[in-house]
Parts: sequence; structure tokens; C-alpha cells
Amino acid sequence: MSDIAQRVKKIVVEHLGVEAAQVKEDAKFIDDLGADSLDTVELVMAFEEEFSIEIPDDAAEKIQTVGDAINFIKSKG
Amino acid sequence: MFDLGGKKALVTGASGGLGAAIATALHARGATVTLSGTRADALEALKATLGERAHVVAARMDDAADVDRLAKESEAAMGGLDILVNNAGITRDNISMRLKDEDFQKVLDVNLLGAFRLIRAAMRGMMKRRSGRIVNITSVVGVTGNPGQANYTAAKAGLIGMSKSLAQELASRNITVNCLAPGFIATPMTDVLTDEQKKAILGRVPAERLGRPDEIAAGVVYLASDEAAYITGQTLHINGGMAMI
Repeated sequence: MSDIAQRVKKIVVEHLGVEAAQVKEDAKFIDDLGADSLDTVELVMAFEEEFSIEIPDDAAEKIQTVGDAINFIKSKG
Repeated sequence: MFDLGGKKALVTGASGGLGAAIATALHARGATVTLSGTRADALEALKATLGERAHVVAARMDDAADVDRLAKESEAAMGGLDILVNNAGITRDNISMRLKDEDFQKVLDVNLLGAFRLIRAAMRGMMKRRSGRIVNITSVVGVTGNPGQANYTAAKAGLIGMSKSLAQELASRNITVNCLAPGFIATPMTDVLTDEQKKAILGRVPAERLGRPDEIAAGVVYLASDEAAYITGQTLHINGGMAMI
């Protein structure tokens, strides 16, 4: 597993208080991990901070799964 | 009770009578304050009166980029933002038959959209810190209506509805959003009224006097305090009994 994927999953585990095993790449933040819409905004904020990137609103709206987040951040790297 | 020591507060419209009283009261309770408004000289004069723990960031509330800059610069100056008081407001009064689109729009832009933009910009840090106090200064006429103020009352009523939505969105993050609705207060805004107008107003106020800015500021101190953690989405009316809602 890449370093980016590990860091993303760590943030998701910490923020949503879910088990690491649940944080699969196809897991949807809202449907599978119990996030509400404000949680998804906060996750994006946390990713921005962790990776020192800007995630514009239109891109943020498309990040619905753990894998979406990893792929977006990789594309910025 | 109501100790604001260590809190960081931004007050818009601080060059006006009410805003200055609000900033002064928050500061007196120990908060660090950023004074915003359009008249830099008045803001600097207030800053000089307050002494330490005071900053000035002049900004125009009808300019989106300026509002973003205000949020960033005040957070940078104070090292955070715990309390946001949206007090900036203008009037462009006229009977509706004579009220121009641009005067309607201008009042909405400053009084309502400007407040929203500033809240949106301030929200990020508050969400991260899991705490925040947002107080929007509306007006009794936003609830009762007032002839000649269709634009102003629309904006002020808008603030109340907007605050309720924001309160629901942010409550789980320990951020409260409330309105404070002053009645008729003795400020430069009401000084321009004629004696006849003042007499007519006082006839509607059971307390038989105009309110003082510090009596409004005391309400803001309460809503901004840790003690007010369980009040959100509400409108606190301070109006000498003029409207009992």
C-alpha cells in the first residue's frame, strides 16, 4: 500500500472513528462509513492540510470513496 | 460568568455606534478583538481607546474578495477566531414605490450576503477547533416590518432565517449561531431622526426611552460566552418591550 493511501486511511479512521478494516478503497464515506455531509467537508480539509494541497469545491464533491481521495491526491503529487 | 479571556472576536461595523459598543464590551470581558468597518480612522481611534488586544482590518462587506481577506487577516492577526459578530449594516430607506433595484440590492449585499460570506470563511477554523460563536445583529423591524424599509427588513429577516439554517448545520461542531435584534437604540443612525419621529417611536416603546448601545452589547457578550453553549438558532430581542415576540 502506498504511503498516500496509508495516510488517507489514517485520517479517515481518526476522523470518523471507524475500524481500519472498514476503510477499504471502495468504501463510501457517507453510505459505508457513517459520515455526514459536514464530515466529508472536514475530511477534505484534513486531506488539504496533510498533503499541503488545495482541493477545489468541484473536485471535493466528486470525492465519495476512500479510493477517490487517494486517486485525487496522487494526481496532485 | 461570561468571561471571554483568551477568546478572539471579530466585529464588523465597528466604526458605528453599536459595533463600537459591542467590541468594547467583548474587549472588557477579556477578548482580543479585531475591529472591521469601512472608516479606518474611526477604527484606529477605537483601537487606541481599547489599548492592547485590539486590531484593525478595514473591509467592504459588499466585496467578496475583501470579505475573504478580512477573515484571513483577522485570524492571522489574532491567531484564530472564536467569536464572529456580524454587525455591519446600511440603510437605503424609501417607500417601496420609489425604492430602486440598486438600493434594494446594495442593502442585501452588505447586510445579508456579506454576513454569509464572512461566516462561510470563518466556519473552517471554527469547525476544526470544534467551537465557535456567531452572532448576527438583525433588527426588531426584521420581524415586525417597517414602512420605508422593505430592503432593510428583507435583509434583517433574511439574517434570522439564515442563522437558523447555519445553526442546524453547525450545532454538532459546538458552533452556535444566533441573532440579536435591537429595538430603537441611540446611535448616529437614530440621531438623524427628527424629534417628532423620535416621539412617535417612543410612543411604541413601553420602556419610554431609546436603548443604549451597551444594553445591546451585553446581549452579545452573553451569546458569545461559554455559558450560552446551549442556545442556538435563536433571536434575542432587546427592545424595551417594543415588540414581544
